[in-house]
Formats: sequence, C-alpha cells, structure tokens
Amino acid sequence: MNASELASSYDLVVIGGGPAGLAAAATAARAGVATVLFDENPGVGGQIYRGITANPVRNRAILGEEYWAGSALAAEAKASGASIVNGATVWSLDRTLTVGVSIAGQARMLTAKRVIIATGSLERPFPIPGWTLPGVMTAGGAQTLLKAQGLVPTGRTVMAGNGPLLWLLAAQILRAGGRIEAILDTSSRLNWLRAAMFLPDFLLSPYFKKGLALLREVKAKVDVIPVGNVAAVGTDKLKEVVADGHHIPADLLLLHQGVVPNVNLAIAAGVAHRWNDRQLCFAPVLDADFQSSVPGIAVAGDGAGIAGGTAAAERGRIAAIAAVRALKPDAKIADPQTARQRLQREEMGRAFLDELYRPVAALRQPEGDTIACRCEEVTAGQIRETARMGCEGPNQMKAFLRCGMGPCQGRMCGLTVTELIAEERGTTPDEVGYYRLRPPVKPITLGELASLPISEAERKAVER
Amino acid sequence: MTRTADVVVIGGGIHGCSTALHLALRGLKPILVEKDYAGRHASGVNAGGVRQLARDLAEIPLSISSMDLWEHIQELVGDDCGFESHGTVLVAENDAELASFKERVDDLRLRGFTHEEMIDQAELRRLVPAVSEHCPGGVVSRRDGAADPFRSTQAFRKRAVEKGAEVIEGVTVTGLSRVGDVWRVETSDGAIEAPKVVNAAGAWADRIAAMLGEPVPLTVVAPMLMVTSRVAPFIQPVVILRGRKLSFKQLANGTVVIGGGHLATPHRDRNETVIDWEKLAISARTVWELFPIMRQATIVRAWAGIEAYMPDGIPVVGKSSTSEGVFHQFGFSTHGFQLGPGTGAMMAELVATGSTNVPIDGLEIDRFRKKR
Repeated sequence: MNASELASSYDLVVIGGGPAGLAAAATAARAGVATVLFDENPGVGGQIYRGITANPVRNRAILGEEYWAGSALAAEAKASGASIVNGATVWSLDRTLTVGVSIAGQARMLTAKRVIIATGSLERPFPIPGWTLPGVMTAGGAQTLLKAQGLVPTGRTVMAGNGPLLWLLAAQILRAGGRIEAILDTSSRLNWLRAAMFLPDFLLSPYFKKGLALLREVKAKVDVIPVGNVAAVGTDKLKEVVADGHHIPADLLLLHQGVVPNVNLAIAAGVAHRWNDRQLCFAPVLDADFQSSVPGIAVAGDGAGIAGGTAAAERGRIAAIAAVRALKPDAKIADPQTARQRLQREEMGRAFLDELYRPVAALRQPEGDTIACRCEEVTAGQIRETARMGCEGPNQMKAFLRCGMGPCQGRMCGLTVTELIAEERGTTPDEVGYYRLRPPVKPITLGELASLPISEAERKAVER
Repeated sequence: MTRTADVVVIGGGIHGCSTALHLALRGLKPILVEKDYAGRHASGVNAGGVRQLARDLAEIPLSISSMDLWEHIQELVGDDCGFESHGTVLVAENDAELASFKERVDDLRLRGFTHEEMIDQAELRRLVPAVSEHCPGGVVSRRDGAADPFRSTQAFRKRAVEKGAEVIEGVTVTGLSRVGDVWRVETSDGAIEAPKVVNAAGAWADRIAAMLGEPVPLTVVAPMLMVTSRVAPFIQPVVILRGRKLSFKQLANGTVVIGGGHLATPHRDRNETVIDWEKLAISARTVWELFPIMRQATIVRAWAGIEAYMPDGIPVVGKSSTSEGVFHQFGFSTHGFQLGPGTGAMMAELVATGSTNVPIDGLEIDRFRKKR
C-alpha cells in the first residue's frame, strides 16, 4: 500500500507489528472494527519474530520453536481483515489522536478513534568505556542480522552482560555453527538474594524449563566468567575486552543488559510515565485494559513494561477488546478474562528474572570519559559535573550539553542521563524524570514533510 | 512565615530574570517567583533570534537599548550566551515586496532610525548565497544575530542570584492583595510582602492582571519551530520572509532552525502543546522552494513554546493602570527574546525611580481600555 491509498481516518490505528500489535489488530478487525496496523519493518513480527513471514534461516532448530510461534500470530492478523502496512513509519501521535505516518518517502496525517501503541522494547544502554568502537555492538543488533539475513558472527566473538536475550542469542549463534570465545556475566551475586523470594512463582512459570535448558546448552560450550566491569579497548577498532583483569583478544563484542520499554512515541503523545524500580526504567501509567492517561490511547506489549513476547500478545488482545467495546458496544467479542489469566501465567516468573538480571549500578551509571550520549558525544563526567552545578533534570541537561538532542532522540542515553542526575543530586529517577520528547519521534526529511497533502485552509490562503 | 522583599518579580523567563538582575544591580532586593523553572517556556525554547529588524515603531527604542546590552552580554551576565552577530535579512520574494520594504526603511530614516538598510540582489546573494534566484533584494539589520535562548535565560537567572536576587522555582502565585502600603503575594509556598511587584508571567500574565482587577485581552499562542540534522555550513545571517511565514537560521553546530509563526495548539494548564504538522508542512514547502540545498535534510524535532499574544502584536510594558506599585512586562507576542536585556534594565529603572529614559509610549496596559 502507498500513502495515497490510506483512508483519512480509521476506527483503530495499531502502531507496531510485533506480537502485541498483531494480536491487537487481529482481535479488533475480526470484531468488525476498521483497523490499520503500521509496521516500520519490511515484514511483520517485531523484534522477537523478526522476519517471520520471509525468514532465510532454513533450519528451524537454530532460532527455536518459540520463534516460529510467531507464524500463527502473523497468519491470524493477515486473515482478520486488518489492513497491515509494512514499511510504514509512524513519526507523530498526539492527544487528539492524529497520526503522522510515512510510507516510501510520502507523509500523511490521519486520525483515529483509538490508538494502540505496540512499539515494544529496546535494549538498555550499556555505557562502558569503548562502547562506541567499531566491533562493539548490541546483542539485539546481532540477533537482527541473524534473523533477517541469516548472518552469524565470524572472528573472535565475546559476549558481555546478562539477561534472557543474551543467553538466547548465545544459543542461537552456537546452533548456527558460530563460536563464542567467552561470555562475561555481569550479574551481581547479590541478585540471587533479591530474586530468591520470587523463586516459587518462577518455578511454576513457562520460563523456568526453557531458561534452564538454554543455560545448560550454552554453558556446555562456552566459558562463562563472572565479572564486575567490562571495557572495550582498541584505537580505531576493537582489539580486546578487559574485565576484572582478564584481557580477551576479540574482533566482536556483543553487549546486552536487558530491554526496556520503547517510550518515545507514548511520551511524545503526552502519556504519563512513571519510574519502575524493579525494571529500572520508565513505563506508562496504565489501567487493567492497558489504557493510558490520554483518552483513546492504549499501550500494549513490552512498551507497557517488560514481560516478553507471549505476554505481549495477550496484552494486545486485552487492549483491543477494550477498544472494540468502546467503538462497537454491540460487537461480539470474547471476554478479556481468558486473556488476563494467560497473561498472569506469563507474568508470573517475571519478577524473578527482573531481580536475577538486574543490571549493576556500575554498568548503568558510568563515570569520567565514558560516553553517555553517543550522538552528541557527551561524557558521563560532563553530565555528573553539570548536575552537581545545579542542573536538575534531563531537559535542562539537553540545553546545557545537547545530550539527547541527536538523531536517536535519547533512545541510547535517556536512562543513563536520568540515573546519573538522580545519583549526583541524591534523589530518585522518578523525581528527576525523563526527556520531554518531541515529534517527529522518527526523523523525516524536509522533502517528506513537504509532501503532506495541501490542506483546504492553505489552498484558500494562497488564493486570497 | 511571610517573607519580605523590595520587589516581587513574577515569572522566570528572560524578562523576569533580566528585571531581577537589574533590580539587584541597583541595590534592591528582589524575589523572583517562577511556577516551573527559569526558561521552561517561551524564553528557553524560542528560535533565539536577536533581531531589531522589522519591529513595530513603539518597540524600536527598547530593541535598540537591548541590542547595546546583547553586544556586551558577557560583561553583563558572565556568559556569552552563544550570541553571534551575522545580521538578519528580510528577503523580498518579488519587486512589489521590495518596494514596500523601501517605503518602510525610508520612513524609519525620517524618524532617525538607521538600523534597517535596503540591499539589492547582488548584496543579498553575497550575504545569503544559498537563497533562490527569484529573490530581487531585501533589507538587512547588520548588528542583529542569534543567541542560545535557554542558556541566555539561565545566565540572567544565575547572575541575578549572584547579585543578591532570590529565585524561587516550582512555586505558583495564587493571590495578590494590598496590605497597608505593601503588596502581599500569596504563593503555593507561603506569602511574600513587598512594596513593588513586576508581572512578567508571560502566557500566564493575564491571570496576575486579573487578580488586580485589570483584565487584558491576552491570547495564549505557541509558535512552532523545527530543527534539522546537521548540514554543511551554508548560511550565516538569520533569514525572514514577509509574504510567507518563515524564519530560517543555521546554528554554529550545523543544525538549521526553521520557524516563522505557524501555531501549535497550546494547553497552558498542562504545560503542553500539540504540533500542527499540516502547517509545518507549509514551512517545509517554503524552505524547499527558497533553499533547494535543504531538501534532503532530516527533521529531528518540532516543538512550540507557550507565549502571550496581544491583539495589536506588541507587548504590555509599564505601570499598572489600577494598582500603585505594580508594573507589567508581558505580552511580547512571539518576539520578546531580544527585548529581554533592555526591557529588564528599563523596568528596573522605572521601578526604582518612577520614570525611565527609554521611551515606552504606546506599550501601556491602558491602551486596551481606551479603545473601548
């Protein structure tokens, strides 16, 4: 579909084609709600089921059965009658439910009666010395290459960090015939103490068996070294990884310390957010139907707080059921209770994982010359210094140092900046707050903006 | 506990901060009350133009006195505020426009103002080589420039505090009443008593005026701006248009700020604005035509500050018409940033001495009542 074929308004606009978006669009469209799903990737699936409809990886075992579960969701959405538009970047959403979207360089504004934001998560910043060197990338980045293009790392590969995705990617690389020199596990031993109280729930959750098998599979083949710090060393590219006195020569360092909600679109739309101290991130304030503080806007999936792909789909269904009930009170729609129960089961083990994989402060709150904002090359030391001199929040920090004002719009530094200010000023991240984010939440070209259709009012102004 | 001061300044924009600084420099003790933080709104997020060009006659004396302060801003506030002077150019898009500009510049000369100067096509292309070839000339004000708005406002705030002003942020004024021969300013954090009050509350100033029984026809507006990713340096002066709404400026870091007065929807009680992309698209099309070099540039951010607009487009500056000891300094109608330093100095003189040498005729608050 191209931009000129879009309707000027839809009952429901779903943003993001991962499990939450697919389930939401399918549920709503099946109930007769005029639904459009915008997904910026060439195919649906989101991060977890990336490339699910056209995957080059032939051996299903490499990515695991979990991954292929995405096919059913994609098929369900396709059959539902929802209009699914790939290659569509939503760059603006506001409290009037006006959506700005670009397809193949053509921009359009359209309106919605309800919006479900399903923009998922992104990787938590991992600001260590040398993380901007060529040869250092995120585990998520490497997994994208594996899923979308079947690319397996070559050369000496080291992984560092913690979290379920790190172990999953390690297993996937090994299954695909790749080699990993070492995994530097940055979890604190103390995490076990905090996690232990959630262990009973975890034992009952679907994560337990899967997780344990994955750990065993990886640990049988790779050296796992517990470390307290990590640095990438090299002049123009990565030469070695240094951690707690270990020096490991490496061509590729894959970093990961968990994922956090991708809040940019929701914050730009005016949705209220709050600091989540267990997940160490900002997440939207939502009710049981995932409706936000802005009437008509819901946030589903990992964007509502990290809970994984299966939970994301259930959240998408619950949010969509609420949208259907609001838009078409007479429509036949399932009771959300079933989805809520499945969601609860999925969420059971999450507290344990959050505590077990809680990233240590030293790797979230860097010091000295370590870069915090990559786009504008602002160091942790500069941010700390400016906070000590009286700068109270990230928005003032933008004005002093330009951090967060580059093309990534704070995605790679937002949490770091908030936590650094909170630490220096002896207050909480909730008190400090996050960047006020401005649209476009994804960069568009001046030409794209100029391509917006001329409005009636403007035509009249010119004629006059 | 009731605090006391010589003057309470309401509002921590560049005007309130500048007035507080100049009062402190005169040895008075001001307390500035700001409901958010200094520079949170229009003063911190405007386009940063420091412009004398194309101003209303009533504003010109203030604008010129301000320019003198901008040119020595480091000495005044201890920070260069990112101020750079490369002029402002008003570009004529056709001969008819050029002719009307000439009438204005000739009129200014007769009145003794020489800061605006006609330029022909050759000089226009020398100053702005990237401008499209259909433009026949324009007007330049060579001393004009641009500064970093948030940094400037913060610099005034900081220097005001160093000179003895007290700045209270995150505190809202809730009431204003006369108690004996002083004003009692009620706030969300206790009362302050002072013989003099300056209302520099920007888009919220009508609420302060209303507390004095002095209603003003203030409109809350939010002019939109957008900024692009870095582009190789290609333009130094600030460029503005008359026929179509546009202001255009490349910052030292290469990013380009595009504005011109298309309006977002403001929500002043939520400190929020909603961007109107269809209107920003008009600006994008204007830039597309005027500066072909910009067509592939990426738009990184769009925003709007919340400001006060008066029906005649010029500010309210001077004594209250109802309340002895109260002074107004608001309604700068989307062009108050450049006026901040000079208006603060003038206001401090007016508050301290009861009169001022800078003419502010035509800016008094009672002009709205006289018309009725």
